Amino acid sequence: MHLPPVIKNWFDSRGWSIHPHQQAMLDRADAPALLLIAPTGGGKTLAGFLPTLVELADATHNGLHTLYVSPLKALASDIKRNLTTPVTDMGLPIRIEDRTGDTSATQKKRQRADPPHILLTTPESLALLTSYEDAPRMFAGVQRVIVDEIHALAESKRGDQLMLALSRLQAMAPGLRRVGLSATVENPARIAHGLACHPDPCEILYADAGPDPDISMLVTEERPPWSGGGAKYAIPAVLEQVKQHETTLIFHNTRAQAEIFFHNLWLANDTDLPIGIHHGSLDRDQRQRVEAAMVAGSLRAIVCTGSLDLGIDWGDVDLVIQVGAPKNVKRLIQRIGRANHRYNAPSKALLVPANRFEVVECVAALQAARDHELDGDPPGPGPRDVLCQHILIRACAGTFDADDLYSEVRSVGAYSNLTRDAFDACLDFCATGGYALAAYDRWKRLQCRDGLWHLRDPRATRDLRMNIGTIQDTDTLKVRLKGRFKPLGEIEESFAATLTPGDTFLIGGEIVRYESMREMSVEVTRRADKTPKIATFMGTKFATSTQLSQRILRMFQQDEWPDLPQHTAEWLHMQRDWSKLPEADRILVESFPHDGRAHTCFYGFAGRNAQQTLGLLLTKRMEELNLNPLGFVSTDYATLVWGLNPVEDPAVLFDPNALHDGFTDWLAGNAVMKRTFRASATIAGLIQRNLPQARTSGRQATFSSDILYDTLAKYDPNHLIMQVTREEALRGLVDFGRVEEMLARTAGRVDHVILPRVSPLAAPMLLEMGRVPIAGAGRQRLMEVAAARLMEEAGLSAL
Amino acid sequence: MNGFSFIFGDHRLIALPSGALWWADRRLLCISDMHLCKSNRIARRSGQMLPPYETQETLSKLAHDIALTDPQTVVCLGDSFDDLTAAESLSLEDTTSLVSLQAGRRWLWLEGNHDPGPLTLGGTHLAVHTDGGLTFRHIASATLLEISGHYHPKHAIPGIGGARACFLNDGNRLIMPAYGAYTGGLRATDAALTRLFEGQTVAILTGHRAICVPLTRSGRPAPPVRWRDSTR
Repeated sequence: MHLPPVIKNWFDSRGWSIHPHQQAMLDRADAPALLLIAPTGGGKTLAGFLPTLVELADATHNGLHTLYVSPLKALASDIKRNLTTPVTDMGLPIRIEDRTGDTSATQKKRQRADPPHILLTTPESLALLTSYEDAPRMFAGVQRVIVDEIHALAESKRGDQLMLALSRLQAMAPGLRRVGLSATVENPARIAHGLACHPDPCEILYADAGPDPDISMLVTEERPPWSGGGAKYAIPAVLEQVKQHETTLIFHNTRAQAEIFFHNLWLANDTDLPIGIHHGSLDRDQRQRVEAAMVAGSLRAIVCTGSLDLGIDWGDVDLVIQVGAPKNVKRLIQRIGRANHRYNAPSKALLVPANRFEVVECVAALQAARDHELDGDPPGPGPRDVLCQHILIRACAGTFDADDLYSEVRSVGAYSNLTRDAFDACLDFCATGGYALAAYDRWKRLQCRDGLWHLRDPRATRDLRMNIGTIQDTDTLKVRLKGRFKPLGEIEESFAATLTPGDTFLIGGEIVRYESMREMSVEVTRRADKTPKIATFMGTKFATSTQLSQRILRMFQQDEWPDLPQHTAEWLHMQRDWSKLPEADRILVESFPHDGRAHTCFYGFAGRNAQQTLGLLLTKRMEELNLNPLGFVSTDYATLVWGLNPVEDPAVLFDPNALHDGFTDWLAGNAVMKRTFRASATIAGLIQRNLPQARTSGRQATFSSDILYDTLAKYDPNHLIMQVTREEALRGLVDFGRVEEMLARTAGRVDHVILPRVSPLAAPMLLEMGRVPIAGAGRQRLMEVAAARLMEEAGLSAL
Repeated sequence: MNGFSFIFGDHRLIALPSGALWWADRRLLCISDMHLCKSNRIARRSGQMLPPYETQETLSKLAHDIALTDPQTVVCLGDSFDDLTAAESLSLEDTTSLVSLQAGRRWLWLEGNHDPGPLTLGGTHLAVHTDGGLTFRHIASATLLEISGHYHPKHAIPGIGGARACFLNDGNRLIMPAYGAYTGGLRATDAALTRLFEGQTVAILTGHRAICVPLTRSGRPAPPVRWRDSTR
């Protein structure tokens, strides 16, 4: 395919020449599926759109030609801007519009009646579009779909949902060609498999990877603290860096950390540098204002989270700062790609460890980045809760034949091995609830007549459409200034429930005082305080990857640590003298008394999620052995358990058979499972998340999904959603795979060190957040004692 | 039986850890807000198909309490069924278990806001039941020495966490926890509940063993566990 003169002239007029990979994309424009791997800033998006522009240049196509899907709303609007400019300059007859959750209802309605040539959207908005009865008309002529940042989608249920939606599109538009644009990943073939219409192949094109990034660790005069994630100590050094660069992006791993850091940055910002904040909990207007200011080049720095992770072109970013250990080398490299968008110039990045242990982790990540060692775990088969949602979306669009839908679903890479039985079980779940006890004969959701499935009650489409999506928002409440309507942002309902009038917290970088709860929003007033009560709305907490953990363990075996700052090297030496440093093929266990309780620290280096699971399993074993554990806390490298009795023989706790036997029983009753259940049950449509009237009903009418979980565990343990929950939990939050990997690599070799007080390596654990209480005999005893004391104090002990 | 024994009026009552109330002198067992067949009502009204096992679960809990106490009288303090249509949808198995629990006992269905009319099942239907100076009624009124349900109170011991369904008692008024499997709760500190009590109120928490704690009035709720520990 050649560039038509109008496009060629535009390139020439700017003195630009087409990149080899952009030409390659044009040459292979007819391929049914094509994956481009290119570093950020490599003109990836233009490479994806060039064939579309060429095909649309002659103005012969009517209706929708290209769908562009990105994981972020912000990315869709950014691309709209960046694409509209050249299209207008070239005078091409192309209409470009975006459609996301933020698009107005009128606009959306018009888009369905009269779609643009290029529609920019997100997986959720696309899934919603396919749920309308007029979808076949809208999508009939669509030629190309471009999935941007496909690497970010490939690892999540959003990606599975998108690929299922593409299988629907393919059925409505058989000539549809698929293009994936990806950053550097460890396994491109895996992504290509997911993109192709199975069993078609998918060709992979590689752009020049460009020079290695310039990454280092920020050196500060102040020592990093022992624990925490705020990195407040580094504020002066970070401000200094912002001053020395044009535009800096400051990434954080969680929203709460970003808020706190931004607040502290402002307090220290004595030269009034323009600095903004951007994360997913902020109100849309606020986010858009920051985005606009960034594009206009009026900001010197943005404090942000994963919401800015992806390929938005923010112009001249010349420095990326990552606060907190990156946890995963691949994500680090991708974030660093945000800096220096000029092709062939190295990106510049600084890592800021938030605490002493993260210094070690940052150094290990730097080494891995230099060695080009990316990390990642293979994904499992396509999740069935997403499939259930897909079936319900299909039902919203009209009657369907189960055989047709099954073959469509099998054309999705992740579902290519789905058996007919498994598909039918999902269909049965959607139709009847899928219970062993058939209770809903009269109230079935789907019915089959003359071989075609349809919704029993067509009014159900409204609730089903509101439930579309796989992102699990924890329930959030809007935060509003008293007397104003416009929200400042959102906080989690669980956080709001803990607030008492007068409490202060951070939102959008300012401190507000909680006044009252009005309907479903939180009323606040502005405060000039300096120290807020911490906002705990969650961002994602990632676990340190296996590869990175292994590197850290290898580092521990060095005699000296010339790569580490002196304070951190001294800390490790102290640990070596005082106790031991953990080794890859042994489990180190330290026991010591602290604060009147017996403490035991287990160094498994299995990542946060697996360490959390290990904590639950170990405390269950301890409960059985009458050690009365009271609680535990986990980090990426260790689990600290405290209780009434000391652990004398930790090897007994690690008996793999006992752990394994206990695992199944334990799994049924634990909180992580319940959380996973809630997520899967919501995705599959067992629980509705956005039921319009649910929120106004009295509180005693709603009950927790934990009750549903407990009921199913007791009466219907093999229910579809219970199966999905177990699968999910094993891979994700429970991460039992890494517990098993740890047990295998250590093979029962346990070193137990008994200490008179806390060891240097365990000390930061005492300050960790996220303590998990154990509801066992020890707790019951404490409860009874506490209740008796309270009754005594109230003078009611005779009661 | 792991219950909590206390004097109400002139009578000794026991709050069972299951959420039932046992009046040994009268051999009377009282339960409130079972909301049987709730999943059926939800399916009918919203199309949502929740696990249809809550009736079985609630009845097996009741069977356990009845086996434990062998009451002469059972008082169901209203909202026994999620609505009247739900009561008619009771499965054959569940009807059989309920009938076998009723056999040989006086069974009083007090009317609730969810199930006001008469039911197709055996038993006596009443708006109010009085005995020995105690009044049983679904929604609390101004009557002294009254035992009621309706509010589904729950409470967590400050600093220990984990809210449980609970009885609330100030010596003049006793409000029962919801007995049904699919029932949420209203915080005992909610104004809707606190305004009903005058004297020193205690909460008797259900669970493994009934635990009695004083309910502090208008106190600040305790901060969640993770902060308290992290600021130590």
